[in-house]
Amino acid sequence: MSDSTTTATEQVDEERRDFIHVAAIAATVGGAGMVAYPFIDQMNAAGDTKAASSLEVDVTKVPVGGEIRVLIGGKPFFLRHRTPEEIAAAVNGNGARLPDPETDEERLMPLPDGSYNPAILVTSGACTHLGCVPVGPAQGNVGEYGGWYCPCHGSHYDTSGRIRKGPAPSNLPIPDYEWVSDSVVKISL
Amino acid sequence: MSGHESTYEPKSGFTKWLDNRLPIVRLAHDSFVDFPTPKNLNYWYTFGGILAVCLVIQIITGVVLAMHYTATVDEAFGSVERIMRDVPYGWLIRNIHMVGASMFFLAVYVHMFRGLYYGSYKAPREVLWLLGCVIFLLMMATAFLGYMLPWGQMSLHGANVIINLFGAIPLVGESIQAWLMGGPSVGNQTLQRFFSLHYLLPFMIAGVVILHIWALHVPGNNNPTGQEVQDVEKDTVPFHPYYTVKDGFAIVVFLIIFAAFVFYAPNVLGHADNYIEANPLVTPAHIVPEWYLLPFYAILRAITFNIGPIDAKLLGVIFMFGSIAVLFALPWLDTSKVKSMRYRPVAKQFFFGFVVACLLLSWCGAENPDNPIIKMGEDKLIVTYTDAAGLEGSRVFEEYAPASQFREETVTAGGTASLGIQVAPAFRFLHLSQLMTLYYFAYFLIILPWLGLRERPKGEPDSIHQSILGNEAPAAAPAE
Repeated sequence: MSDSTTTATEQVDEERRDFIHVAAIAATVGGAGMVAYPFIDQMNAAGDTKAASSLEVDVTKVPVGGEIRVLIGGKPFFLRHRTPEEIAAAVNGNGARLPDPETDEERLMPLPDGSYNPAILVTSGACTHLGCVPVGPAQGNVGEYGGWYCPCHGSHYDTSGRIRKGPAPSNLPIPDYEWVSDSVVKISL
Repeated sequence: MSGHESTYEPKSGFTKWLDNRLPIVRLAHDSFVDFPTPKNLNYWYTFGGILAVCLVIQIITGVVLAMHYTATVDEAFGSVERIMRDVPYGWLIRNIHMVGASMFFLAVYVHMFRGLYYGSYKAPREVLWLLGCVIFLLMMATAFLGYMLPWGQMSLHGANVIINLFGAIPLVGESIQAWLMGGPSVGNQTLQRFFSLHYLLPFMIAGVVILHIWALHVPGNNNPTGQEVQDVEKDTVPFHPYYTVKDGFAIVVFLIIFAAFVFYAPNVLGHADNYIEANPLVTPAHIVPEWYLLPFYAILRAITFNIGPIDAKLLGVIFMFGSIAVLFALPWLDTSKVKSMRYRPVAKQFFFGFVVACLLLSWCGAENPDNPIIKMGEDKLIVTYTDAAGLEGSRVFEEYAPASQFREETVTAGGTASLGIQVAPAFRFLHLSQLMTLYYFAYFLIILPWLGLRERPKGEPDSIHQSILGNEAPAAAPAE
């Protein structure tokens, strides 16, 4: 249709037309990208969510042989006060055939003076299989290796939080935490 | 236009396969690529495309805001502040949504005035116009519902005032009011239903927009001459690239203005009071709606008198809703056969008067109705007294000192006296809004019906291409 309205005096400058096309498409794509960025970024963690992503916990409140569970940003963490027998079992486990080999000491963080307090074990509270929260001493089931047992698909963790049996692929991760004093740990996401 | 034959020819195997099953590409091609469009559309005709962009912007930003917003009276205000401070780019997205509401109305008003000027509501486009009026109503409802969500002072008390309008309806008004609020007052339950409906209505608008475009594509566009297309070859050009580029350019210019508001003055069209969290015990001193609802608010407040058994409150509500209802009746109120005001020298002047009336009504809506525009004389002091002999009277003073002295003397003499202000007569915003309300309704109910029968149209061209090329015969196409 445009042909029929083009008179002989109109010359189509193809190069000029190509330039306009390329420029218009480039501006559109660039603009769309710049608009898309904030609309995608808005779904990332907000400032206040990030600010609430660490917690200091007083471990003296944890009874011997028991644990407390804390939520940081909605994620569960275990702080377990191990008995000497449980520590011994964990150290003994170093030599066993482990699906995810780690020594018990590798799973601890040093106190401010550089020594270790093997009585306190801090781990993530999410089973590495599909994210269920394992049961522990407070629920009356510590699994076959004395640590934790995940009721969803039957993963058994030992007293160091290492996977020993079941479908979970790896040990309960050790979160990013530090001892800010001899009795307080600061756990960060 | 529905009459024209589809020129779409699927080329690849897939598009042929699809075309036989769901001819959606054909529909898009016939509607937005090879759609014959009058060649004389000016920039006032780009606002339809601009409005489509506005709707998309509001829906996208709104869906994003709903991800972060909490619709409870305890958390709504805080969640909006969180969007502004903590959510990545939340400030940007909320500002776009907030300014977007204003830009949407700005564009829709231009679009409507365009339709009024060029007679786009006349046969065969009445249904197109009616659907547009439905969209406008839905837009106002959506804007009103959305304004409540930040749960600021204006949100709460504005919602309260508007819901109270329904209380003016005889017999069932109070029941309707309680039903709308879901309780004795505008509270948490009201906020939650407003949020739900605020999310729903834009999708209803989108649905009516599709009908609106459908109803546009049956008769095709009106144009500044008001002449229907007679010869597709001579009178029209294909929508693409001619109007995609023209609309696109207008959209870019519009978005520049939009962005200027978003980045430099996001709150200039709003009210500072809405950044104070809602307090049901304190109403803001000066309560006004957003600017785009001001003319209707002015009409509501202009009615301060009773007519027969109908009291002023109900009458105000009737006039306010009537001011929109009259738009629905417009295709049958305007009796003129000539569509475009270009060729209606008298109606044109009344039209511009109507635009001015709408602007003045907006001004009245924003001001206190009792404020004077033109003062006739100065306010004076008046002392009302009863003297020792029991005679009552009053005296007017210009200055405070003699008035005060007179009052004291009267009291000392054993009488009683009190000092007051005698307000000078003035032409007030109330009076202006009453005049403009009168003009608003007269324009639709008297001027347009009457003028259409009396007026002599002038200089109407016979066709679209004649209006462009004049009476000369177009140059013969060169032989090929």
